[in-house]
Order: sequence, then C-alpha cells, then structure tokens
Amino acid sequence: MTRTFDLEVNGVAYPLTIDPGRSLLSVLRGEIGLTGTKEGCDDCECGACMVLIDGQPVNSCSLLAAQAEGRSVTTIEGIIDGDRLSEIQAGLLDEGGVQCGFCTPGMIISATALFARNPDPTPDEIRVGLSGNLCRCTGYGRIIEALAVDGVGRADRPAESGS
Amino acid sequence: MTEFEIASSLEEALALVAEGYRPIAGGTDLVVAARTGRAPLPGRLVSIERLDELSGIEPTTEGLLIGAVVTHARLMRTQSVIDDFTALADASALVGSPSTRNVGTIGGNVMNASPAMDTGAPLVVLNAEIVLRSTRGERRVAAADFWAGPGRTVAEPDELCVALAIPNQPDGSASAYVRLEYRRAMEIAVVGAAARVDLDGRGRIIGASVALTAVAPTIVAVDGATEVLAGRSLDPATLTDIADAASRKATPISDLRASDTYRRHCVGVMARRAVEAAFGRATGDPIAVPVNRSTGIGAAR
Repeated sequence: MTRTFDLEVNGVAYPLTIDPGRSLLSVLRGEIGLTGTKEGCDDCECGACMVLIDGQPVNSCSLLAAQAEGRSVTTIEGIIDGDRLSEIQAGLLDEGGVQCGFCTPGMIISATALFARNPDPTPDEIRVGLSGNLCRCTGYGRIIEALAVDGVGRADRPAESGS
Repeated sequence: MTEFEIASSLEEALALVAEGYRPIAGGTDLVVAARTGRAPLPGRLVSIERLDELSGIEPTTEGLLIGAVVTHARLMRTQSVIDDFTALADASALVGSPSTRNVGTIGGNVMNASPAMDTGAPLVVLNAEIVLRSTRGERRVAAADFWAGPGRTVAEPDELCVALAIPNQPDGSASAYVRLEYRRAMEIAVVGAAARVDLDGRGRIIGASVALTAVAPTIVAVDGATEVLAGRSLDPATLTDIADAASRKATPISDLRASDTYRRHCVGVMARRAVEAAFGRATGDPIAVPVNRSTGIGAAR
C-alpha cells in the first residue's frame, strides 16, 4: 500500500506517493532529487546521509520517510542562504577542511547543529559534535581546525569567496 | 510493500500491535537491518515515536517512570537521571553518536535485546522493571528476567514496551557504567559492566550489584556481588575478587571484535572499574557522565 503525504524539506512541501518502507535518504535522493545528502554506508555508521529534523541531526538512512511527515527536514541544500555560504561552509573551504567532499554535507549538518547549540565550542566539543561523521580521506585534523578558527560560525561571506 | 500507520494514541498503537503490526520509533535498528539485508522490514509497521503517553520522564512515589520513546540524548541530559540513576546516564551517553542518540530510544534498545546493549546492565543493577502493555492489560517484568537470548525477550508478540520503571535507590547508593571500546563513537561495547554500590552512614559497603554487557547471550548479573563486597574496603584484594566473580560469570563468544579469553579477562577489569566509579560517586567524588569520557577508563584515546 503506498502512502500519500507532503514532506517538508528546506521549507518546501513536496507531495509524495511512496512505499512507506523507504528510508528518508532514498526518498530525498530518488524522489525529490536532492542529491547533496550522500549515501555512504546505508548502515547508520558514517553520517554522510545526515539531515536536520526539527533542527536535530539525524541519519536519514535509518528513518523512514513516512516518519518525517509533519516534521521540518533540512538538507545540505537548505543550509546555504541564497547565494551566500553559511559561515561553516565558507570556513571549511577557506581552511582546507574539504578533501574528496563526500563526507562534507554530513559534516556541515553536524557542525550546523553544534554551533546552533554552542556558538563557541572547544576543539573537544567539536570532536564530539562530529563524532558520528566518518571522513574516509581521514581529513579530521583540518576539519576540526577549520571549525575551531575564530570567526567560523559567527561571520558570513559570499558564496564566491570560498571557491 | 509495507503497510504503515502513525499511531495517534496508545490505544490505537496497542490495537495495531495486537493485529500484528510491529512498532517502530527511532528506526536505528529496524530500518538499518532492513537496508543492509540482515532482516527484512516487517510488512506492517506502526510508528509510535510521537505518542505523548510514551514520551514522559515522570518522578513517581516509587521512583522514575521513563517512557519507552525517550531518546538516549534526552536521558543523558536529564538531571534526575544523572543524579539518581547515573549508570543509565553513562550508558545513554555512549550509545552511537549525537545523530543516533537523537532518535534512538530506551524502549527500542530494551526490545532489540542485543547482548551488547549499553543500557541493559544499568537497568539490571538499578532493579528496573520493563513495563509491557497490550489490549489485555499491563504487566511488569524485572530487567534481570527480561532478556531470553540475542534479539529475544519474554514479551508476548502483542505486548508493547511502554515504559521503564526504576525504583528510588537507597540513600548512600550510587551507580556507574563502563565499557571497553576501540573507538569513541558509533561503537558497540566489546564488553561492559554496570555497578551499584550502597553505603551505610559510615561509608561502609552494605549492598552491591554488578551486571555485565556482551559476555553472554543476554545481559547477566554477577552472582553474589553483595557477598563479595559488603563490609570490605576497596583494596586490591577486594577489587580482584569482584573482577574474578565477573570473569567467572562470563560465557563470551569469540568474534572479529575480541576473543572469548580477552572478553572474559576484560569484563573483570570493567567490573572492577565500574565498582570503583560507583563507590567514588557514593562517597561524593564528582565523576562526570559518562565515566568513559571523564576518566578515560575503558575508552579509546
């Protein structure tokens, strides 16, 4: 039996008719076409599929899309503000906190939730906040350094400046 | 194709479970097992994570009643849990990562019945009861009697775990949970131990309980922990005795994470350290939650 409902993603209500056994990750990528959310392990281990649900980071591989009905989902595509990168996005680019980039959307989701709760985290608090995100390039040092730089999470700048 | 309902009341959820629907909350076990092919997604699912009736953390005259869909993230930050049922806060803070703790629930952890579950040993040493409800009524089962094997409990198919009931602990009592881990997040306990220590007014041990994680088909309690510890100071001989009692209770398997020999030895070490941490807390030593992070014992660097 399919289920028909609206899923709110990045402030937009997407009408869906889907098998309710499908994960949120599968629906975000396969139905809605928002492919910034990555499928890494599909085993709730790596954090590449992380999204915000009502502001809290959640692995979208481990939740059914139907369970997100009536919730507010934010993906990496919803983190950018118009043509301006978020402070966290710009900071990662400027400080070399991106290598292959596959883990980056999930890292940014985790960091966004962390900075919302704690605007001035210590490096240890950053490590805990990102502890559900694996980087197979093992670029953790630069990611944590980038997020620990003064100003990240507090200043914003145009999208062009980071590329 | 899956049939899926979002329950709007506990009564509706119980009626659907009686019809054969399986409950789903955080999804971190059920959905992931289906995605990775370990177990297919049940054909009929009822989502229960929004039910107010299952979301409370309520002090009662007997103790604390924790709703089944309370998340690990909420438990580890709830002051009454940190203050009075500290081992459960230790364990909740070690589960998964921030994102899994945000959705994973205590009821799900209990019903999934993994021998490596972090919250199980704390529930046993705190004498918690699992509150089960069905359309036929409600019953409570002691945590120590609840798990029947890996992935198996004594709950009937139509029974829903609605809450955990933890009795008030005696004055002078404190608890701790420690696990051996190879990494600091998204880890499953290699082995673990929870301890509760009860002190009299003069600081002497008058009661104790120790339970073990990932060394048997279920969480197991160490036999005679009170007899081993009561009236003794925590000197090396006492700690060796409780470690030996824990290792004797262990019947671990060998797998890619550890050999049976290593597990049997290390669970004794974890039991000793859990007793030391619980005793420290009972005597006013402010050992922060979780013990693994605040002291580094059992923890990956």
